[in-house]
Amino acid sequence: MLAASPLLADSNLPPAYWANRQLPDPQQEAAAEALMTEIRCLVCQGQSIADSDAELAGDMRDLVRRRIAAGEKPSAIRAWLIQRYGSWISYKPTAEPAAWPLWLAPIALLIAGAFLIRRRIRIKAGG
Amino acid sequence: MNRAVRFAPLLVLAAILIALVWRLATPQDTNVHSALAGKPVPAFALPPALPGKSGIATGDLATGQPHLLNIFASWCVPCITEVKVLQELARQGVAIDGIAIRDRPEDLARFLSENGDPYQRIGSDGESRVQIALGSSGVPESFIVDSKGVIRYQHIGPIEQDDVPMILSKLEQAR
Repeated sequence: MLAASPLLADSNLPPAYWANRQLPDPQQEAAAEALMTEIRCLVCQGQSIADSDAELAGDMRDLVRRRIAAGEKPSAIRAWLIQRYGSWISYKPTAEPAAWPLWLAPIALLIAGAFLIRRRIRIKAGG
Repeated sequence: MNRAVRFAPLLVLAAILIALVWRLATPQDTNVHSALAGKPVPAFALPPALPGKSGIATGDLATGQPHLLNIFASWCVPCITEVKVLQELARQGVAIDGIAIRDRPEDLARFLSENGDPYQRIGSDGESRVQIALGSSGVPESFIVDSKGVIRYQHIGPIEQDDVPMILSKLEQAR
């Protein structure tokens, strides 16, 4: 039970400066926003850091906005986070073997559907 | 329609049920493991978390001696029991350094005076930046850093009394 409590605990410090503040440059803010919705919160693991109220998510939003404001590319920030937490941290599917079924499933389903339709048409034509 | 096709939905249902029961019986590991195990500690430098104590930087960890780098906070409840175990480790000669997450000097001073202070250095990480750079996702967590500054082991959650022999052997391996 104690192991679960640190997730609920909060510090006495206010949120990081850029945690809940938009960047003045709308283009940069849009880029930051787009990245933040695709980065998983480490505390509330079903949420993105854009949606999460966890303090750590706020600190991660601060980190993302600071780096975007400094001119870093979103893809570089994502890669930096993946280096630390694994591809699990990013909601964007990758091309690594574990994700192949995800990419192949729609193609396989389409082919299966085409076969079914073809059989139906044949049965009708035959009947 | 032949028999196999007629029973297909039932088989699919059975497969789904088996999968659900299996996941209920062996829940997924929700701990976030740092991907930095086996890699050098990323470059960082943190200011002292309270007066009279040094801050901590990457160079302080590669000193030819293994270090236990403890990520903690005065507002973290399990850290209170953990810090007592850490003092026992310190008495046995383990070099322990701390990173205080989102902490205030006055809170930290109270925490250490009430519960004891096993730390050689404590860096202040006010926006969790070094914590994120280390691939850590909560408090408390600990990293065993070997004599060359390479991360050898990540301990998620408090180090408890029962973990002491394991931690000591990991530190021995990190020499």
